[in-house]
Amino acid sequence: MRTVTITLLIVVVLTIGRSVVHAQPPSPGTPIYTQYGEPPVMDNTVFYHLLFDQLEGRTNGPDNEFRWDGEGWAGTDMNKLWFKSEGLVEHGVATDGDTEALYDRPIPRLKFFDVQAGVRYDLDSNPGRTWGAIGIEGLAPYFFKFAPTFYFSDRGHFAGRITGSYDLLITNRLIAQPQIEMNFYSKNEPRRGVGSGLSEIDTGLRIRYEINRKFAPYIGFAYTGTFGQTATFTREEGGDPNDPRFIFGVRLWY
Amino acid sequence: MSSETRADGSRPAPYGSCRNDSRGITRRRFVQGIVAGGVLAGLDLWRCPAFAGKNAAGPPILSGNSFNLVVEQVPVNYTGHPAYATAVNGLVPAPTLRWREGDTVTLAVSNRLKDTTSIHWHGIRSPSDMDGVPGLSFPGIAPGETFVYRFPVRQSGTFWYHSHSRFQEQTGHYGALIIEPQDRRPVEYDREYVVVLSDWTDTDPEIVFSNLKQQSDYYNFHQRTLGTFLSDARSKGLGATISDRLMWGGMNMSPTDILDVSGSTYTYLINGQPPGANWTGLFRPRERVRLRFINASSMTIFDVRTPGLPMSVVQTDGNDVEPVAVDEFRISVAETYDVIVQPSDTSAYTIFAQAKDRTGYARGTLAPSYGMSGAIPPMDPRPLRTMVDMGMGNMSGMQMPGTQMPSMGSMSGMEGGGKKMSCMSMGETKSPLPHEMHGINMGGMSGKEMESMPGMKMQTPSSKQKAEEYAKRAEMIGPNAPGQPGPRTSAEFTAPDMGRMKALLSENVRPRVDPQVDNVAEAPTERLSSAGEGYPPGRRVLAYSDLRAVYRGTDPRPPDREIELHLTGNMERFIWGFDGEKFSDAEPIQLKLGERVRIVLVNDTMMEHPIHLHGLWSELENGNGEFRPYKHTINVKGGERLSFLVSADTPGQWAFHCHLLYHMEAGMFRAVIVS
Repeated sequence: MRTVTITLLIVVVLTIGRSVVHAQPPSPGTPIYTQYGEPPVMDNTVFYHLLFDQLEGRTNGPDNEFRWDGEGWAGTDMNKLWFKSEGLVEHGVATDGDTEALYDRPIPRLKFFDVQAGVRYDLDSNPGRTWGAIGIEGLAPYFFKFAPTFYFSDRGHFAGRITGSYDLLITNRLIAQPQIEMNFYSKNEPRRGVGSGLSEIDTGLRIRYEINRKFAPYIGFAYTGTFGQTATFTREEGGDPNDPRFIFGVRLWY
Repeated sequence: MSSETRADGSRPAPYGSCRNDSRGITRRRFVQGIVAGGVLAGLDLWRCPAFAGKNAAGPPILSGNSFNLVVEQVPVNYTGHPAYATAVNGLVPAPTLRWREGDTVTLAVSNRLKDTTSIHWHGIRSPSDMDGVPGLSFPGIAPGETFVYRFPVRQSGTFWYHSHSRFQEQTGHYGALIIEPQDRRPVEYDREYVVVLSDWTDTDPEIVFSNLKQQSDYYNFHQRTLGTFLSDARSKGLGATISDRLMWGGMNMSPTDILDVSGSTYTYLINGQPPGANWTGLFRPRERVRLRFINASSMTIFDVRTPGLPMSVVQTDGNDVEPVAVDEFRISVAETYDVIVQPSDTSAYTIFAQAKDRTGYARGTLAPSYGMSGAIPPMDPRPLRTMVDMGMGNMSGMQMPGTQMPSMGSMSGMEGGGKKMSCMSMGETKSPLPHEMHGINMGGMSGKEMESMPGMKMQTPSSKQKAEEYAKRAEMIGPNAPGQPGPRTSAEFTAPDMGRMKALLSENVRPRVDPQVDNVAEAPTERLSSAGEGYPPGRRVLAYSDLRAVYRGTDPRPPDREIELHLTGNMERFIWGFDGEKFSDAEPIQLKLGERVRIVLVNDTMMEHPIHLHGLWSELENGNGEFRPYKHTINVKGGERLSFLVSADTPGQWAFHCHLLYHMEAGMFRAVIVS
């Protein structure tokens, strides 16, 4: 069943990709100015981006954990392949991990939003799960980064995630970033410790200093809260549904 | 390597002999030496290759009609960190070439790089296959190959040349090109210097481009912050500050976005020398010194001043204009301006070229002897974008008061080859800039103010009449109707048959908001008589409407048709194009050989775009009628609408593009095919 879903998703992604290629009609008659092969400007080259927004230790005193959250893309202005990965490592056990591979394309008629479609695989020390993913990501007015994504699994499960963040410039190098991520699930899934409804909020305030654009150490505060059945699962595992921590880390960009 | 005899009868020293003269100093070290600065002035080497007598310093000159140029990588050090530059004959900037109008020049260009290279003769009306644009004129010059350019020279003035291959221009592949006029010599001068302005970064330009694609404000470290919010709230009121922030934030744009690449990575150079090296040109008091300014930058628009020394602008883009007395002029990327200065004492005067975003400056000195330096002025306050730049219309009170008018008026006194400039001693403080000047009545002002200037010889009645005539014209086109989106600037524009023009206009596609178009100017403005923003009140700054050609246009025909193009982009995504399309998505613009067209540019972005049409003149319709200036590069301000006339008299495939290098490579480029 899972293979069927993955195959289906690959077909969907490829179809979108193909339609994109077809969306650019071949010009009527080969223009003579291409006779020299190399075009005068190469405005459709592939760029690469890799950003670890969160690469941080989280502590509440007695207990420490490590969190990563990163994204990367490769592609042209109009066609990109995105990767996203996040997770938490606590006492050598990875939880809350997932990795996504998405095809990305700017949405026509909009300036700053892309549509993304692909797969998400929950990859950590718990049993894994594959989801299909479709969402948008971009810059809402007033410079809010905003990305809601909808997930569906082969077992009829649905999930949603909303992430948002905002860069508040204290100075041009000292930047406060409030950030929030909310996760929703349609059904309980005890083996991954998530319950239906709003299962989790991960929010934080990070103050980073951009030594340069690509290297910015930060400190901050994060709060992870689990709710409803998820909170119950968390308690059963000996955790606290309300988990505030100090954080320190580095924002890296290659 | 020229076998020609120069105009003065002497034989130019061939380049080869220069190398022999260099006394064991390799060309590589030579380039480093340039960087090291003033030391060079004392070296014999400095005088080496075929210097015209008038020049003491500046890039070495090669003159004649036959040249061997070698493109190669050389190690340089502008910043304290070693780097590699793309040099011509081992030099950054490349050697200054001197041609003579009427000659046929032959240039053998050899490529010793690992990549394809090319040389484009910027502003030169050559046959299309000699224009040097890989992909349009020829396949480019492959590594190890030599390409021979050969074409007749049918123009004169200050031009330049540079690579048209990817980012080689950013890494040093640019040089000056001076063409001696065959007969006419309207500009009198005793001495001349080429002043090549450029921007240097140690970072690989591919990485600069990649950084901009990933984060378009990567190089902007002057964004608004909590601090500027608080200070604005104190000075302008909390409500006004909040609504201002909401307005810009609602568009996801920043008024601090002035130049995409800033002094955070750039070192600004004059003739290949960073500010500390202090490039120096010598003069004797009361000499008329002609400075040929060339902006060979990749991304930097400069504001140029010589504090304490008024300038008279006599030429732009290789074409003579009626002298305009100014304190400052803005030179966009790829433009050239020739100015005459006449220092009357033995002081040192600074040549100060501040980047438009005020993140750095290029600086040199004019002095009676080496080792002197003038005071370096502080940079002016950083300009901010306004709603006018966004094409939201001409809000009253948003214009910089008076920056444009005076230079217009002062033209009157400058009749006759700028000779009368001689004893003018108007400093920056003396500028005739009452705020009431905003607009009307320049005629009266120009005369009065000019007369009040110490030492200013006021002219014959005829020139006064002319001044009034200019002023009247200026009124017509002036920026002096705040609140009005603005009528067409030029008289011609409204003239012939508007019906046909409207019909043509209606064919034009107005771009729509898109991932490649983040703004469409609702009410673009005519702003040719505005010098732009960022000048303190009281300074006379050149505006495009001040440029009045010395010679009548050669093609008096009205345009047969009109092509309107929008300059578009998405700043956040760093995508740029015309009419919402990048080069790779767009069809070429087709012109019929011999036809006369008007090209209307509407800048939907808030950034300046210096638009360069290869091979054909761009006759800027700035209100000067048949004396419209001929240009090769026209700077279009944010939210501005302007037009120029083109005679499609040379067949072939021509490039038409924004000369901001990374805008061009991001897609702001079209092929123009004349057939």
